[in-house]
Amino acid sequence: MHNEHSDAHFQLRIDNGEHIEAKDYMPDAYRKHLIRQMSQHAHSEVIGMQPEGNWITRAPSLRAKQILLAKIQDEGGHGLYLYSAAETLGVSRVEFIEQLQSGKAKYSSIFNYPSLNWADIGAIGWLVDGAAIVNQVSLQRTSYGPYSRAMVRICKEESFHQRQGYEIMAKMMKGTKDQQAMAQDAMNRWWWPSLMMFGPHDTDSPNSSNAVKWKIKRETNDELRQKFIDKTIPQAELIGLTVPDKNFKLDEKTGHYKISEINWDEFHRVIEGHGPCNKQRLDHHIKYHQEGEWVREAALAYKQKHLKKELQTV
Amino acid sequence: MNTQEATYKYALRLGDSALVLGHRLSELCSKGPILEEDLALTNISLDMIGRTQALLKYACELEMQGKTEDDLAYRRSENHYYNYLMTEQPNGDFAHTIARQLFISVFEYLFYTELEKSKDATLAAIATKTLKEIKYHMQHSVEWTIRLGDGTAESHKRMQTAINDLWMYTGEFFEMDHLDMFLLHQHIAVDTHPLKAKWQDYIKTALTEATLIMPIDSYMQTGSKKGIHSENLGHILSEMQYLQRAYPDAKW
Repeated sequence: MHNEHSDAHFQLRIDNGEHIEAKDYMPDAYRKHLIRQMSQHAHSEVIGMQPEGNWITRAPSLRAKQILLAKIQDEGGHGLYLYSAAETLGVSRVEFIEQLQSGKAKYSSIFNYPSLNWADIGAIGWLVDGAAIVNQVSLQRTSYGPYSRAMVRICKEESFHQRQGYEIMAKMMKGTKDQQAMAQDAMNRWWWPSLMMFGPHDTDSPNSSNAVKWKIKRETNDELRQKFIDKTIPQAELIGLTVPDKNFKLDEKTGHYKISEINWDEFHRVIEGHGPCNKQRLDHHIKYHQEGEWVREAALAYKQKHLKKELQTV
Repeated sequence: MNTQEATYKYALRLGDSALVLGHRLSELCSKGPILEEDLALTNISLDMIGRTQALLKYACELEMQGKTEDDLAYRRSENHYYNYLMTEQPNGDFAHTIARQLFISVFEYLFYTELEKSKDATLAAIATKTLKEIKYHMQHSVEWTIRLGDGTAESHKRMQTAINDLWMYTGEFFEMDHLDMFLLHQHIAVDTHPLKAKWQDYIKTALTEATLIMPIDSYMQTGSKKGIHSENLGHILSEMQYLQRAYPDAKW
């Protein structure tokens, strides 16, 4: 019989398809992997508010503004669930934020690209959220209980976002020449970065092998990317958008689309901090966090003062 | 001016205030002092946009020119906007955002409680729906006013400055022009004169608990009922209306 606190027993539970809960035994490496992945996920939700927030004050109709604002609010809410779920692993939100701001923790590189015209809001919803959903649907079955449950909730909202994004693109493609040009321009700029969201090829992915063994990750980067490509290319063609890849073609035998090689130099350059908006996104987060410090201090001081008063009256 | 024309303008005034304040609050997205507060301010903004839609839609119906609420929001110039000057004031620091919200929410609570009794069924129905939201906005801003006023020395100072800075825009809430009087006689509009004392009582109670001093009335800024604004509104509209103005033939 296995010791409940052994790695072998842990692996047996994983292999049996059980969820691991916060108080259960888990190897340090599993815990570390989850802390990294879940906090990165939470940070992505929060930093992701910025490129979309860039268009809120210029949204072209009341309905568009309402939908966009509600969507960004959802992203913030996802950030909250994920921080809470990640805190079950023994790291506080304050620490997570410090790690983000010091550059120790990453967030999804996609948000280091700028949102330059209104169609970018459509493209972000359709392509970026679309890619995220493929990943997140798979993560609903992830082995860590709190992460899996957060994903179930998040997936429900993300599928709305994707539909709303596609609706913007479809509307613009039915619109004036200027609108069509904006939609195609957004497609050209977001297509490749959204494919990069799935990470390097399986053969080059340093974090994949253990993650698959521990069932944190249920499908590989390339499998998930292919699902996204197969789903998205017909959607683009349906509304008249051109996929910015001269070589893509449907392989009749497998039913999968083949695409050109991704520009991995760009992928690595953005991860290393040299994307168009890496500095801007982090500076923004730090600036407003610092500007809010006096507010957080005041809230804390008020709470402590009144706790003291309550204790004195007991 | 007949009743329908007057009611159109009345709905427009109320809609404009919700629109402009909703816009100001939306500027704060991803800039809150904590994530929870980011979401709370976005919520208030969303309520304001929803209220705008209801009021401007009603204004369109009364105007009978086949316009939509977006035409009214995105194709009018500053001098045809009638929002309270308070709503267009910049977000400033968090204390200014909260002070602005406190003044407006307490006023709106009193105002919409009366508007619920309006003879105009549509305005009364909008009032009922919006009151539920306003109660939450008021609670949120009162709690933060107290927390900041009675928090640290710095937050106390910032909150007092914000209260003092914005006080001169509160006089407009209680102005009654000929249009208000005309609709008041028909039991459609709210008589805001008696609301002033109640508003001051609410504000005084909140400020006292927050250990803050209530400013003494001096000159109150005015003009929005005539379409005369602070310099802020032009910038808000040039940003908000950009796509509709730059691509007038496009549908969004």
